[in-house]
Amino acid sequence: MTNSLERHKYDILVIGAGGAGLRAAVEAREAGLSVAIICKSLFGKAHTVMAEGGAAASMGNVNDNDNWMVHFRDTMRGGKFLNHYRMAELHAKEAPDRIWELEMWGALFDRTSEGKISQRNFGGHEYPRLAHVGDRTGLELIRTMQQRIVALQQKDAREHGDAESHIKVFAELTITDILKENGKVAGAYGYRRENGADVLFEAPAVILATGGVGKTFKITSNSWEGTGDGHALALKAGANLVDMEFLQFHPTGMVWPPSVRGILVTESVRGEGGILTNTDGERFMFKYIPDVFKDKYADNEAEADRWYTDQDNNRRPPELLPRDEVARAINSEVKAGRGTEHGGVFLDVSKRLSAEIIKKRLPSMWHQFFELAGVDITKEAMEVGPTCHYVMGGVEVDPDTAAAVGVDGLFAAGEVAGGMHGSNRLGGNSLTDLLVFGRRAGVGAAEYVRKNPANPVSDASIAKAADRVQAPFTRSGGENPYALHQELQEVTHNLVGIIRTRNEIQSAIEQIADIRRRSTNVSVSGDRQFNPGFHLAFDLDNMLLIAESTAKSAIVREESRGGHTRDDFPGMNMQWRQKNNIASFDGTQVNVRQQPLPVLPKELFDLFDPHELEKYMTAVEMAKGGSN
Amino acid sequence: MARKLSLRIWRGNQADGGLQNVTVDANEGEVVLDVIHRVQAEQMNDLAVRWNCKAGKCGSCSVEINGKPRLACMTQVSSFGDEETITITPLRAFPVIKDLVTDVSFNYKKAMEIPAFEPPVGMKPGEPRMQQIDVERSQEFRKCIECFLCQDTCHVIRDHEENKKSFAGPRFFIRIAELDMHPLDILRNRKKTAQEEHGLGMCNITKCCTEVCPEHIRITDNAIIPMKERVVDEKYDPLRWLGSKIRKREGML
Ligand SMILES: Cc1cc2nc3c(=O)[nH]c(=O)nc-3n(C[C@H](O)[C@H](O)[C@H](O)COP(=O)(O)OP(=O)(O)OC[C@H]3O[C@@H](n4cnc5c(N)ncnc54)[C@H](O)[C@@H]3O)c2cc1C
Ligand code: SF4
Ligand code: SF4
Ligand code: FES
Repeated sequence: MTNSLERHKYDILVIGAGGAGLRAAVEAREAGLSVAIICKSLFGKAHTVMAEGGAAASMGNVNDNDNWMVHFRDTMRGGKFLNHYRMAELHAKEAPDRIWELEMWGALFDRTSEGKISQRNFGGHEYPRLAHVGDRTGLELIRTMQQRIVALQQKDAREHGDAESHIKVFAELTITDILKENGKVAGAYGYRRENGADVLFEAPAVILATGGVGKTFKITSNSWEGTGDGHALALKAGANLVDMEFLQFHPTGMVWPPSVRGILVTESVRGEGGILTNTDGERFMFKYIPDVFKDKYADNEAEADRWYTDQDNNRRPPELLPRDEVARAINSEVKAGRGTEHGGVFLDVSKRLSAEIIKKRLPSMWHQFFELAGVDITKEAMEVGPTCHYVMGGVEVDPDTAAAVGVDGLFAAGEVAGGMHGSNRLGGNSLTDLLVFGRRAGVGAAEYVRKNPANPVSDASIAKAADRVQAPFTRSGGENPYALHQELQEVTHNLVGIIRTRNEIQSAIEQIADIRRRSTNVSVSGDRQFNPGFHLAFDLDNMLLIAESTAKSAIVREESRGGHTRDDFPGMNMQWRQKNNIASFDGTQVNVRQQPLPVLPKELFDLFDPHELEKYMTAVEMAKGGSN
Repeated sequence: MARKLSLRIWRGNQADGGLQNVTVDANEGEVVLDVIHRVQAEQMNDLAVRWNCKAGKCGSCSVEINGKPRLACMTQVSSFGDEETITITPLRAFPVIKDLVTDVSFNYKKAMEIPAFEPPVGMKPGEPRMQQIDVERSQEFRKCIECFLCQDTCHVIRDHEENKKSFAGPRFFIRIAELDMHPLDILRNRKKTAQEEHGLGMCNITKCCTEVCPEHIRITDNAIIPMKERVVDEKYDPLRWLGSKIRKREGML
């Protein structure tokens, strides 16, 4: 087997070709290293293409009161102060440069009347802050960086005679294992989806940029790629996952017809003036403004409406509250019997904007509803409800270098990394997170490789990885991976979904363990050539580890905060705000322990009004006033 | 309500293959990709189909449905009659890998042949000023999701393997047009090379590409025809060519 094995050697492997992976690859190449980009789908099609609303960066093009400090405060507030402060700080400071740089690579953002990059309002952002291209911002990011990589390859062709001499894209290839030797990363193992052939990559540094975990849940806005592979690969390689209980349920997913359930309705619909109503015609969000946000959100329709034209003298409409608040509000309305027959509420832009403007500002939304649901959003309301959208939890990293804590040579950036968004991510903060930390991972890995040259992979490691890939074919008559996946999605949806209780989570933990036992017996039919059953067998294994991490973290966190709502512990708990849940894998099961959250340094602490911090922090923390 | 749907799905690989009949349930509002997935989960676990977003945004799920190039995730089952059998085949212009999955690497090779975007020398990040009206023409082309349906339908390469070498195809004509109309791009001669190196001259404006484009990009009217016209202009009138490049600069400063 090893004789015919396809083998490659690189300085750096980037697993993932979404925004984070591509940005990391550009940086690593520009640092002079050789880079392999590996992805499960075709080049240019990663999940990032689906991002709609925009990328948050305090360029201050629309409102010049904006700056990194305001953005930092919004991010911390959105995350309910559970964010790793250093990540939020780096993100807020570097996001504008990362956006401007894209423009130098050919990106064409929408413009202000002065010819600058236009910025739009979004939930939780104090000023218009999201750089955007209509409602296809993610596509613009991906295409720009894809074309940047092609440009670098063209340069390599001129200078080295081979376009793929220093950056090569391995598309439709799934990584199944991170390989380590002598306690450090040595490479990765995987198979080509096209023909099932095994592939070995040797490299001293691996950057995980594998995106999210949405497919673990029944209703999700994520593409099939979102199976948490990177989270699971990191766990198995000995890294930690931080705060996996925090999942963002986006308040507005499509609910009807069933085949489109979960597909995202961008938050820009609300940013552009869309309002939420229940079946009684009531604009219900006014009832759900939490105390901590009362001074920033309008409590009456007149003021909320005025805000669209005069933002300096009015508070924002409550439709633009952070996502966790809006999702819970919709959930409560539906539970109280004021939802539509399909279990959603109404979202309407047709009354505020003209048909022409709607089609111009929200073209793909118009298209999506017209073609998939037969609804013309310029005339009628949309039916919407919560959908699993984003995982805040992820690989524990060093903020400055994106190095995974505990595994030399492993790095993580983008949705797979944890910490940046605390308990809840603000819309638009992910796209700039990908750019800021993608770049930092590229720099971090390049520096690491300079000090740590190649670390050859042993035959024993190769044989072990190869056996694992072959295993589903050596069994017959075992469980069907599709059926197990569906079973898992039911469990997560019903028991560790948007609202949780101790008994339900306990039952989820047991059922997930049971599915995991049965999954070791999964068998697949057919051969290795482009065989989706075979692919799912691996994805399933990853999703089970994710579900276990989420459930085990959720059961210990006895409070409600951001993307973790416990019916049995409805409020925030100041003690829990000082703790991260750290999940690790011992080879058999996931274990969760607590670790103190890094304390805000004084200069960042002082950016806030003490009255605001008092709502989150204990008297002892307030008295200290930061860490130094 | 669920109904029984008859499908004919092409199965096989490069060596050999053919249409197979299957009957499957279809529910209200479902798209062709949903029923393909149901077939895959219940009857043919190893049926190969490429997809990703299932929302018309990534351009992965391109197939031919009753002979027409389409996105499987954006084609409603209800757009076909109750008694109609739906036939699903792989893209014809590209070599089959397995079942509905084809080898589209041709397109990535063509992308590599087009000279990259080149901003003005010395321009710094954050400096560009462009008016919305000046970026809109290129923005239309940047909506492209690279589904390659236009490439598949274009008769110049659909059944003419021999033309592939010298013809970039409609997807890449809009890429060239996008760069040509990009307010910041300084590379000259894009139209000329489109004609001379990328096969624009082989296009005879049948507009089939525009008809299949799921993003409704007006490939022929807004990219191909203007480039062809100006190539003609420029061939005979170098001054006008210079003028067009200068106009492109307007609004930038
Ligand atoms: C519908 C939608 C709209 C959104 N809109 C916005 C928005 O407006 N603004 C915003 O900031 N955020 C938005 N988000 C969130 C944001 O898009 C994502 O968080 C972000 O794109 C994730 O990017 P990433 O680079 O981390 O990974 P992804 O783009 O998910 O890419 C992951 C990559 O890893 C590869 N991969 C995964 N596993 C493996 C493996 N085992 N082997 C090899 N390769 C692998 C995949 O093939 C893929 O290339 C949106 C999300 C969705 C779903
Ligand atoms: S218009 Fe030209 S490019 Fe488009 S399909 Fe016809 S021949 Fe091909
Ligand atoms: S131009 Fe249209 S049809 Fe052609 S690849 Fe792009 S989106 Fe697809
Ligand atoms: S699956 Fe993405 S366009 Fe169809």
